[in-house]
Amino acid sequence: MTTRLPDLECDALTKRFGAATAVDDVSFTVPAGSFFSILGPSGCGKTTIMRMIAGFLEPTSGDIRIKGRSVLDVPPNKRPVNMVFQHLALFPMMNIADNIGYGLRRKGMAKPEIARKVDEALDRIGLPGIGARRVEELSGGQKQRVAIARCMVLEPDVLLLDEPLGALDLKLREHMKVELKALQAAFDTTFVYITHDQSEALVMSDNIAVMNAGRFEQMGTARDLYYRPQTAFVAGFVGDANRWQGRVIRAAGEALEIKTDSGLMLRAASPGRTLAVGDRAEVFVRPEAIRLAEDAAQLSHFDTQISGHVATILFNGAASRVIVTDPSGAEIGVTLPQSGEFAHLTRGAPVHVGWSGDQGNAFAATGR
Amino acid sequence: MRAGQKLGLILLLTPLLLWLSLLIIIPHIDLFLLSLRERVGVRQYETGLANYTTILTEPLYMITFARTAMMSILATLLTLLIAFPVSYYIAKMARGRARSVLFLMCLVPFWVSELVRTFGWMILLRESGVISGLLQWAGLAAGPVEMLYNDAAMMVGLVYTSMLFMVVPLVTTLDSLDDAVIEAGYDLGGSGPSILREIVIPHAMPGIVSGSIVVFMLSLGNYLTPTMLGGKDSLWFTQMIYSQFIVRFNWELGAAFGFMLLILSSLIVWAMLRMTGQTLEKTMG
Repeated sequence: MTTRLPDLECDALTKRFGAATAVDDVSFTVPAGSFFSILGPSGCGKTTIMRMIAGFLEPTSGDIRIKGRSVLDVPPNKRPVNMVFQHLALFPMMNIADNIGYGLRRKGMAKPEIARKVDEALDRIGLPGIGARRVEELSGGQKQRVAIARCMVLEPDVLLLDEPLGALDLKLREHMKVELKALQAAFDTTFVYITHDQSEALVMSDNIAVMNAGRFEQMGTARDLYYRPQTAFVAGFVGDANRWQGRVIRAAGEALEIKTDSGLMLRAASPGRTLAVGDRAEVFVRPEAIRLAEDAAQLSHFDTQISGHVATILFNGAASRVIVTDPSGAEIGVTLPQSGEFAHLTRGAPVHVGWSGDQGNAFAATGR
Repeated sequence: MRAGQKLGLILLLTPLLLWLSLLIIIPHIDLFLLSLRERVGVRQYETGLANYTTILTEPLYMITFARTAMMSILATLLTLLIAFPVSYYIAKMARGRARSVLFLMCLVPFWVSELVRTFGWMILLRESGVISGLLQWAGLAAGPVEMLYNDAAMMVGLVYTSMLFMVVPLVTTLDSLDDAVIEAGYDLGGSGPSILREIVIPHAMPGIVSGSIVVFMLSLGNYLTPTMLGGKDSLWFTQMIYSQFIVRFNWELGAAFGFMLLILSSLIVWAMLRMTGQTLEKTMG
């Protein structure tokens, strides 16, 4: 990182609503110019964090610093932070130019200067000349860009985005992900993005915090979270995974052999965590880490090998999946390679699956 | 099938058409014809505009006419000023139960008749009334204070009577304003007054205009409140219509008065819509 002060620091941030704790002792730092995401299921407290940063909620304890200065006693209209709302909250009573110019007018900028800046912003978001249009004349994606431009003309230190893609249809959402990332690079501003959609977070972010029940489970890059989840929650929430409960049969350092409750014998690793023989464990294996073969010999180099039958084929283009059941009835989801090798695979066909033990992620089972 | 649908439509429209034609259109046509009739002798009539020229040339009529209009506009403005914060509180700040209770409290006075409500004000404001008594008890007044029978008392009555009709459309429009839009205003650097001016009021404009039109019409056509609370200087145009019809038995002039009032209210409502850039469809829709 550079010697620049981080744009945003939250220090032991806590928010309680009566007896309920929405945000529990959360600390994080967002370096200048980076794209930071908070990923979590709905109700995990991510919106509460965002509203505290924006100034609409006061933290019960802890501190929020922007460029090194605490903003706790700064009201929302004076904070160097702007927010793109979930439903965008464009002002329907104004045209596009007035929407974008609103913040500048409030700053008391001269009219010609505002007009120039608004035009500049419209060029920047690739929508020149729409200033005189009304909000309801724009498409979802255009509104999205206008909402961002409305904040960016104020040159905030931090831009907060509260699930802004939630209301868009799938195709547009995919497109806007790429575009948001490009806009962030173009404006060179720190973005703090909250979402429950892991793919949005994984695609766009430099750093992601996975949040659950008011706490950060893990913070890191998309790759970190995906390949090296530190908690069972992260392993289950980020990306797809087969999930089994079982008991540790044999342990050699971090390499484990586990017997699942349904009777599967499999190998897994527990990097950085210790699990002893006899411990209850939860194992996660990604569908794409599992090799599918019609001949068991092709899997001889894997230490976990299971034979079974095809139960279902879930065709979904590149993300197609085969559900394999072993004789005990346990289901294993496997990514179907699209190389043509398995094009003739049908229900009930005998198949073999295998993976290497370090692809299985084992965690001490909680709650039982 | 088509004939059946047509019959259904006619049957559905019948009550409305009956209402409109029997109670509004036919009486108005009759009144209009009546207003054009001049009495030249006993049971002798001619068609002419004499009734209207009488109104235009008689200062008392014109002054009362203008005064009624101005006072109604003032009552509308006062009602708006008082109702807006109340509505904002109900629509945007109150939550759950408090909200319904507050709304109900605006409605409760309308469960009793207007006459009883107006008497309530008389009990409060008269010389031997509650407020006068309180002032004397607190030593703020030496003797009984008469607060009835003047323009202020009448204005209080008018505003009180019209309050609900302003609160309902305002709450409805303010309710439809997304809280996030107000927050976005703050987030982008707006202060309370600027958000009110640039975001809340423009959004509430259809409600403000429709509420104002209703309150203005109600005030202009009010008879009871000016009669009971107003003084001898607070002559209201409706009282003149009443006296022409009932006291003087001069139906011709009374009908002309009625038409003047209709034209006046239409003109002012039209001007109000023009000034605020609203249309009747938008405000009433």
